[in-house]
Amino acid sequence: MLMESPRKDYMIMAIFTAVVLTMPLWTAPFGASYPDLLQKFAIYGIFAVGFNLLFGLTGYLSFGHAAFLGVGSYAAVWSFKLLSMNVLPAIVFAILIAALFAVLIGFVSLRRSGIYFSILTLALAQMSYNMAYSVLTPITNGETGLQLEHGDPRVLDFAFGAEETAGLPSTNLFGLEMSGWPGFYFCAVVLILAFFLSLRIFKSPFGLKLRAIKSNQNRMMYTGYNTRPHLLLVFVISGMYAGLAGSLLAVTDPLAGAERMQWTASGEVVLMTILGGAGTLVGPLLGAGLIKYFENIFSAINEGVLHSAFSFLPDFLNDFLTFIVAPFVGEGWHLTLGALFMAVVIFLPGGIMEGIRRLTGLAKRTASHRGGKGSARTGGPAHSAEG
Amino acid sequence: MDNIVLDVSDVHKSFGGLKALNNINLQVEEGKIHAIIGPNGAGKSTLLNTIIGRLVPDTGSVIFNGRSITGMQPHEINQAGVVRVFQTPEIFPDLTLLQNVMIPAFASKEGPVKFNFFRSLFGEKDVREQAEEVMLDLGLHDQMNRPASDLSRGDKRRLEMAMSLVQNPKLLLLDEPTAGMSRADTNRTIEILQRIKARGKTKVIIEHDMHVVFSLADHISVLAQGAIICSGPPHEVKGNPVVQEAYLGGAHI
Amino acid sequence: MDAFLLQILNGLDKGGAYALIALGLTLVFGTLGVVNFAHGALFMLGAFVAVALQNLLTISKQVRDESVTFFEAYKETPYLEIWLGDTGLAIIDYVVPISIVLAIPVMLLIGFVMERGLIQYFYKRTHAEQILVTFGLAIVLQEIIKAWFGANPIPMAAPDAVSGSAAIGSALGLGDAVVYPWWRLLYLLFTLFIVGAVFAFLNLTTYGMVVRAGMADRETVGLLGINIQKRFTLVFGIAAVVAGLAGVMYTPILPPDYHMGMDFLVLSFVVVVVGGMGSLPGAVAAGFLLGILQSFASMSVVKDVLPGIDQIIIYLVAVVILLVRPRGLMGRKGVMEA
Repeated sequence: MLMESPRKDYMIMAIFTAVVLTMPLWTAPFGASYPDLLQKFAIYGIFAVGFNLLFGLTGYLSFGHAAFLGVGSYAAVWSFKLLSMNVLPAIVFAILIAALFAVLIGFVSLRRSGIYFSILTLALAQMSYNMAYSVLTPITNGETGLQLEHGDPRVLDFAFGAEETAGLPSTNLFGLEMSGWPGFYFCAVVLILAFFLSLRIFKSPFGLKLRAIKSNQNRMMYTGYNTRPHLLLVFVISGMYAGLAGSLLAVTDPLAGAERMQWTASGEVVLMTILGGAGTLVGPLLGAGLIKYFENIFSAINEGVLHSAFSFLPDFLNDFLTFIVAPFVGEGWHLTLGALFMAVVIFLPGGIMEGIRRLTGLAKRTASHRGGKGSARTGGPAHSAEG
Repeated sequence: MDNIVLDVSDVHKSFGGLKALNNINLQVEEGKIHAIIGPNGAGKSTLLNTIIGRLVPDTGSVIFNGRSITGMQPHEINQAGVVRVFQTPEIFPDLTLLQNVMIPAFASKEGPVKFNFFRSLFGEKDVREQAEEVMLDLGLHDQMNRPASDLSRGDKRRLEMAMSLVQNPKLLLLDEPTAGMSRADTNRTIEILQRIKARGKTKVIIEHDMHVVFSLADHISVLAQGAIICSGPPHEVKGNPVVQEAYLGGAHI
Repeated sequence: MDAFLLQILNGLDKGGAYALIALGLTLVFGTLGVVNFAHGALFMLGAFVAVALQNLLTISKQVRDESVTFFEAYKETPYLEIWLGDTGLAIIDYVVPISIVLAIPVMLLIGFVMERGLIQYFYKRTHAEQILVTFGLAIVLQEIIKAWFGANPIPMAAPDAVSGSAAIGSALGLGDAVVYPWWRLLYLLFTLFIVGAVFAFLNLTTYGMVVRAGMADRETVGLLGINIQKRFTLVFGIAAVVAGLAGVMYTPILPPDYHMGMDFLVLSFVVVVVGGMGSLPGAVAAGFLLGILQSFASMSVVKDVLPGIDQIIIYLVAVVILLVRPRGLMGRKGVMEA
């Protein structure tokens, strides 16, 4: 709750760090323990945590956050091309460019609230997407996407005595190549830092003010607050998170394409956040992990796999089930996403975290009924800041 | 008269063809309770809204502590020290009571904008204590960790009061603080107001309940059809035939 | 002058599509208070009513090709041609106009099902939740279409009789350079007809007047004891039909694919914002205006100076309008500002 001692924050951080760093161990039983996938969990986790700072705290629903993800990727690839294959300058550069971009978009779209805001962010992101495809081809390399080339200047690398190699160079952290497990651990450390900042924001006076804005923005004005700068700051921070995630995508695979900025990508981060639970600390991470995990599994399934999976059934049942399930897997993964989207909003608007809270509340109530005390109101923190 | 806190002069406000406020002149003295009464639709709420910046007057000026606040943004007027208690409770339903009171306390401490996103709330002991003190004063202390949406309507209004008092306003505007309250709650509110009156805070009250007005007010202005028809100490207003005609329909108080 | 006229004409058909989608969006906003992100999907579904009908009419079998005499050749011949001869071919030729007749009941039904099955449960929920659930619905609908009809655009043709171009220029005495495809001209007239019909319904029938009153002040109308709910279901159905018909008519201009709905929806939202949320005339005017503007921006003279401007002009205009007139061109105060 509000007044917990800071010690609890340290506890949360310690547990979180342990959980993230041991991911290769405990994801093994789910068949997810390989660096590429775990890296994706971490990157989209960062994206979702950043989105949640905006949507979860202020209630401002941005439908254009993928634009910042794309901008981050482009900026990082440019840093690889011009400066160095080292990931640190790329990340810093990406965050700065994303921040700049977020200031521009935020300045315009935060002039309105509610649905206007959602529509504006959607439109501005779509405009960025169109521009990346057409006008800005010199910067984005249009449809092909921006990628490394032989003869990139890479001034820092060459200044420090690197030599042109036969193949394209790979991203590194002071010589440590960012592929395989080192790549995952790098993303994991960045995720831990990003989560820590999110935790601090949640538990700061600033975070409290943001939640008050969500609850009753009008009242905030008559309470002496100029709300717009607060909103702009959190919008920019949130955009920087997306830029960071975009740069990490470029770290794992140094190319950037406009499709990363499309509205479907913006929709995906919204879904991750609400699936896990908007406004909760770890909900968005849960959502991001689950969606990326099932995307990975579902996309790989085709009719052949389904047939063999249902082979224990009689033929006609097998065919029938395959017919029903097939549109939802493989190419049809997006259909599953859309259906999941609707199901979450209709049945569990608070996301998985809300579900857990309801279950524990139910368990407590049953327990207290058995104990014969029957106190109906459990004084538990009915509050969203909990993780 | 150099102890005038609020000076409203020549304020006009029309909506379309309707004149809601017609040449309003009003002076509120420091440390006094000034009541504004009048029949429904007389323009009382419009006047309050003009003072706190929800509405901008067509002409005229509102001077607070020697400084013009006409046309200023609501948050600037609040920061200047003019705080309003709303008639229908305007609270933060998703936050706890304590958080509800801490928000205005932060506004007074930190100003309209402060980007302290890396600071822990735990370090804000002073704000918390200030909030708890006010809540203790108003008897909300025992439920401070409940979400505000749980409260009864009467408790929500007390919470509103707490949110306003914690800002330590130089001028407090109360819009019908006892409307819809039971006699007991009304008396309790009067008692609270008398207590804070003793601390020398200036207040403007808009009220229907004559019992409340006459037990609190130092000065009464009567508003009818957008104009002030009479202004003075309670005993003067009570005996004024114009007021009785316009407001009370001739009946004696 | 010729080029000028031509650009205006070119802008009008795209603008017409924006106007029709924005009209339905605004109707649903205003009456039901719901932001429908699945509205673009209705436009797309309309187009696919035509595609489905075309597929149905052209179900074929292999028939010996008599014109080839020296070996056995076969060609695909639609059953319709086999059964009805030239009449059958004519029916196939007129698939788009026939689809319009078919689309009205189909879209009305889809609209009713959508409103009764999903939207009605979201009247009392937050705008964010309305946006999210309809967004999910839009994805589901477009993915179903993709699974059924594939991802590639499907070419549709206007009837032969109107496949040429109208010599508008010579008719107006402006020279022969100005020609305009007949179908686009029809599309424009059709748009005007639909807009006129919707406005007539709202302004001239008592039923429509109640709906308009509901747009202005929902609670009061509810208090009058009128079952506004039933009317709102019909309004949603009408919006679905308008969007669907726009989709059917647009197929010869732009071969439909599964994501056309979302493409048009984003622009239509911008149109609604520019026109002023909740203003029907605003939506229609802004739709045509932005369509024409986009058409001018894609002239090579303009593009030489400002490359790529045609891609972003609509958004730029929206941003400028929003900064200068936050409520849009014809917006009223307090509409959808929660």
